[in-house]
Amino acid sequence: MSEQRAELIEIDVSAEREVALAAELEEIWQEPPGFLGWFKAVHHTTIGKRYIVTAFCFFLAAGLLAGAMRLQLAFPELHLMGPDLYNQIFTMHGTVMMFLFAVPMMFEALSVYLVPLMVGTRNIAFPRLNAFSYYLFLFGGLMVFAFFFVNSGPDRGWFSYVPLASLRYAPGKRADAWAQLITFTEVSALSVAVEIVVTVFKLRAPGMSLNRIPIFVWGQVVTAFMVIFAMPGVVVSSTMLLLDRTCSTQFFNPANGGDVLLFQHLFWWFGHPEVYIIFIPGTAIVSTIVAAFARRHVFGYLALVLSLIATGFIAFGLWVHHMFATGIPQMSESFFTAASMMIAIPAGTQIFCWLATICTGKVILKTPMWWVLGFFFVFVIGGMTGIYVASVPVDLQVHDTYFVVAHFHYVLIGGAVFPLFGAFAYWFPKITGRMLSERLGFWSFSLFLIGFNITFFPMHLVGLRGMPRRVYTYPLNAGWRLLNQVESAGYILLFAGVLLFLINVVRSLRHGQIAGPNPWDAGGLEWAAASPPRSYNFLHIPTVNGREPLWDARPDQPVVIGLHTDVREVVTTRIMDAEPEGRDEMPGPTIWPFIAAVVTTAMFVGSIFRPLAIGIGSVPLAIALIGWFWPTREESSRRRRRDIWQQE
Amino acid sequence: MAAGVSQRRLALDVSRLPDVTFAIRSVTWWGTIGMMAIEGGVFALAVASYFYLHSRTDRWPPTGHPPDLLWGSLNTAVFLLSLIPTEWYRRRAHKGDLRAVRLGLIIASLTGVVNLTIRYFEMKHLNCNWSGDAYGSIVWLLIGLHITHLLTDWVETLVLTVLFFSPHVEGKRFVDAEENASYWYFVVLTWIPIYLVLYWAPRWLVG
Amino acid sequence: MLCRSARLSMALLAFPKNQTPLDPAGPQARHIEHTFLLIFWITSIVYAIVIAVLAIGVLRARSREAGIPAPFTPDPAVEKKAARIVGGALIATVILITIMMVSSFVTSHRTAALADQPALRIDVYGHQWWWEVVYPNGAAPSRVIHTANEIHVPANTVIDIHGTSRDVIHSFWAPNIHGKKDLLPGYENDLTFKVDSPGVWRGQCAEYCGMQHAQMAFDIVAQSPDEFEAWYRQQLKPAADPSSPEAERGRTVFLSQACSLCHTIRGTIAGGTAAPDLTHLASRSTIAAGALKNNVANLTAWVLDAQKIKPGCRMPPNLMNSTDLNDLIAYLETLQ
Repeated sequence: MSEQRAELIEIDVSAEREVALAAELEEIWQEPPGFLGWFKAVHHTTIGKRYIVTAFCFFLAAGLLAGAMRLQLAFPELHLMGPDLYNQIFTMHGTVMMFLFAVPMMFEALSVYLVPLMVGTRNIAFPRLNAFSYYLFLFGGLMVFAFFFVNSGPDRGWFSYVPLASLRYAPGKRADAWAQLITFTEVSALSVAVEIVVTVFKLRAPGMSLNRIPIFVWGQVVTAFMVIFAMPGVVVSSTMLLLDRTCSTQFFNPANGGDVLLFQHLFWWFGHPEVYIIFIPGTAIVSTIVAAFARRHVFGYLALVLSLIATGFIAFGLWVHHMFATGIPQMSESFFTAASMMIAIPAGTQIFCWLATICTGKVILKTPMWWVLGFFFVFVIGGMTGIYVASVPVDLQVHDTYFVVAHFHYVLIGGAVFPLFGAFAYWFPKITGRMLSERLGFWSFSLFLIGFNITFFPMHLVGLRGMPRRVYTYPLNAGWRLLNQVESAGYILLFAGVLLFLINVVRSLRHGQIAGPNPWDAGGLEWAAASPPRSYNFLHIPTVNGREPLWDARPDQPVVIGLHTDVREVVTTRIMDAEPEGRDEMPGPTIWPFIAAVVTTAMFVGSIFRPLAIGIGSVPLAIALIGWFWPTREESSRRRRRDIWQQE
Repeated sequence: MAAGVSQRRLALDVSRLPDVTFAIRSVTWWGTIGMMAIEGGVFALAVASYFYLHSRTDRWPPTGHPPDLLWGSLNTAVFLLSLIPTEWYRRRAHKGDLRAVRLGLIIASLTGVVNLTIRYFEMKHLNCNWSGDAYGSIVWLLIGLHITHLLTDWVETLVLTVLFFSPHVEGKRFVDAEENASYWYFVVLTWIPIYLVLYWAPRWLVG
Repeated sequence: MLCRSARLSMALLAFPKNQTPLDPAGPQARHIEHTFLLIFWITSIVYAIVIAVLAIGVLRARSREAGIPAPFTPDPAVEKKAARIVGGALIATVILITIMMVSSFVTSHRTAALADQPALRIDVYGHQWWWEVVYPNGAAPSRVIHTANEIHVPANTVIDIHGTSRDVIHSFWAPNIHGKKDLLPGYENDLTFKVDSPGVWRGQCAEYCGMQHAQMAFDIVAQSPDEFEAWYRQQLKPAADPSSPEAERGRTVFLSQACSLCHTIRGTIAGGTAAPDLTHLASRSTIAAGALKNNVANLTAWVLDAQKIKPGCRMPPNLMNSTDLNDLIAYLETLQ
């Protein structure tokens, strides 16, 4: 038997052969046609686009809910809506923004679309699981809005503390709808986390050793690990809540040995890392855009990567800082204060590295870069106010006031949404093949930036004037009216900014300038693919010679050959040095993930009403999963014929 | 490149790389590890909740009756013994030994039946009710979490056994068998701390 | 420096001063304000520097070439210099963080300093959506008083708010006096503080507690020791017998309707504990947990249909004819 190694050889290439190869690859990688084909699709670009569009729709919906709140709060003692509706609206706003927009967009959508392209492979690992995760995310979101539209929307806050959410104080199905939405979104986020980790561990292009992985991909891997370790917290807490509510367990009932703070510990074990899950991808976008628009490798690659990893670790030492007011011992208060403030060190490192990149680069000011500059302006304020809430005594004054509302909107909108719009502007040509309008882009950025600050800056002040969060109205003489009216006015500008962005997208889809593969002359592998990428991403899987593969490529940079073109085959590489070590056949399109998702949805929603639904639903679910994994005769015999076994 | 003109270029030929790879070289193996990390996290937090609730209670268990040792200990013994045939067929799967893997999977399916049967008696002798108090709730949550894993892995083993007697036997199946064995390790290894917590923690914590 | 910056930030914020951490009325809130201002100045200056560097950097490094310039490898000397500056900035960050952290620890320590001192204990129970206030006073039953939503304290005396909840989680927060403290079912928390001098400060529930979380306020009324003593003696008395016939009839209405199922009026058979003790209702300045001023018109509206004012609250609408209603209000107005 010959040695199982990849070999560097010289080959002849000709245009005819390239065209023939493209046709073969297209034949095997294309998504199935027709209406049913829509439900069978498994390519990461297809699923990634669906994730982006769906999460963006949820962003708009939650944004409209915010508009309703701003309207109600524009006047003191206004009874435009009662507390019952208002409480549903603010709960939906927070829940939808966090679970259906921020995490799915920043993590799932962006990483599903971009990571396989950036590491130079043809699809995400476990593409069927990926399709399944998308459908669950979609159905979970539709479910919670369905509950909302029949006046059963969650109304216990996005954190759903017990005993406020216990059956005794929350009869009806509202709190169950919340808890079950969490189940949907956690399954989808966890699935994608595993896919991303495996994609990056095993499917990187040859030569993309650990120290050459693009920072964006590092960010998404750190995020994936955080999802993997943090989500179990909310899995356990929301399961306990559902069990308490539907099966009369006693986890949170103090009368029977239960404990109300247990829920908070478990929830914030997840909930604090959640914030970093949302903005680590944001900072990873900033690193990417800064490098491309300062026309140089990012300054301090190693420092940036280590900062991302450090942030990921420290994030798990912070959960109690949401619980300073619960009366925990002073010793642990000090620990959590120290940990909370320590996060400023990796955050500062990143900021300084970006500043260094910009100051020593050749900066071009295009829309993606404008959003990044906006990110600095806004996010750094959020970071600074983070120090107030990390300090126990000061936190005891600002916690649960509008100061905190301002703080986390500066962090999350600054740290995630600004980079996200930057990312849209940056990668829109890749996804659609057309450029966005620079002029509209600049204007939507300006409106958004100004509107954002008018809306959220006064919240610091009104919070310091004593206005608590989650109030549906406030007294006339409290002195909060003017600031609230300014905030509401700012919302209009903010909204206009988003609207202008949408107009830009719609116009550019039709009339935008044709982009070509690499309109920004950027260095990432995704720019080596066509815009939009073909179903097989790359005609030849590339090899990598630097941190910005396209900038650092040698003139004779080799490409990968020797993969079967009659199956969906990719090359697998070693974790550390990305040396090729195997070939892996990826599963193709199938309807089963969709069916499994429908069954799972029925099971989850049914269990809100009858816990037995889990038991009953597990039977069709098992059948769907067997169908999902069952090989075809043709596949099996083909593989038997040409399998090459790993040598021990 | 003009039509008909060919150029020389460097290429990395991967056609001789294996496509039947095991453990850290296999894509699915990493996926399984990821799932284990998630489920292990759930177990760890459930165990942490157990001790948290204990710290908030004077009497543990409130009724004074911890679960009976017999059935839980018996199941632990069966779990540990089952690792021997599991390890055997896991290693044989690497070699593509069809007979051994078939036999190993049959043994694994049968062990699963034994485990589930004993688990039934275990659950009858937990000496608490999930709706009685928080202690009962967390005990049932832990055993419920574990039985979910036991059941899913057992079903998976059954399906795989069927596949191994079908025309679908090829390299990927042996990879599946290897991963099924790894997952069984996970089921057994998570049981040990849960066993200690459910059966021994209440006895030790009394002192 | 601190005093000056305190005045400065107050001027910047000019606002009603009875519910804000930035107009401290006692040593606890004052210590916290000092740390607040320290952080305020440090972070503001750092922010200004970061944005200035960014602005100057972008302006100076802006590409003047037409189109997108080719990617370039920066000069190693420049990189080295940048690395030194970044390192320096990081050291500065660590130093500033340490300063703010130490200040925060010191303040935590100072605000907790009263915890071991003998104090006037006041038990506060959170309810959906009002505050039950009990002065246990050594637990001699004859010296215990029950009231609601209005906490009288003697100025310049150590007060220990001993809090828990009767239902869901609430948070006790009077920002001029101290930070907040959660009231949790199954837990008892203490908040110790002093108030400098007589005055009234508003507080409000700071943990989302359901439908009427927005209207769950209270007042802290600090009095001179003599005034406090007088108030206390008055509160100890049972309700006086009504002197006018209307009020007399009003009491009958109160006792014959559902009112007494939830409310207590000491000196009558009304002994419900689900809602505020009304023995000295008329002495309080607000009703409905701070939602309304305590006057005849508001009280009438409240009794008639509380759901219009605080939708979802536990007080049901009361159908009664206008005579009954007027008599009832007349009676309640006598409960000084």
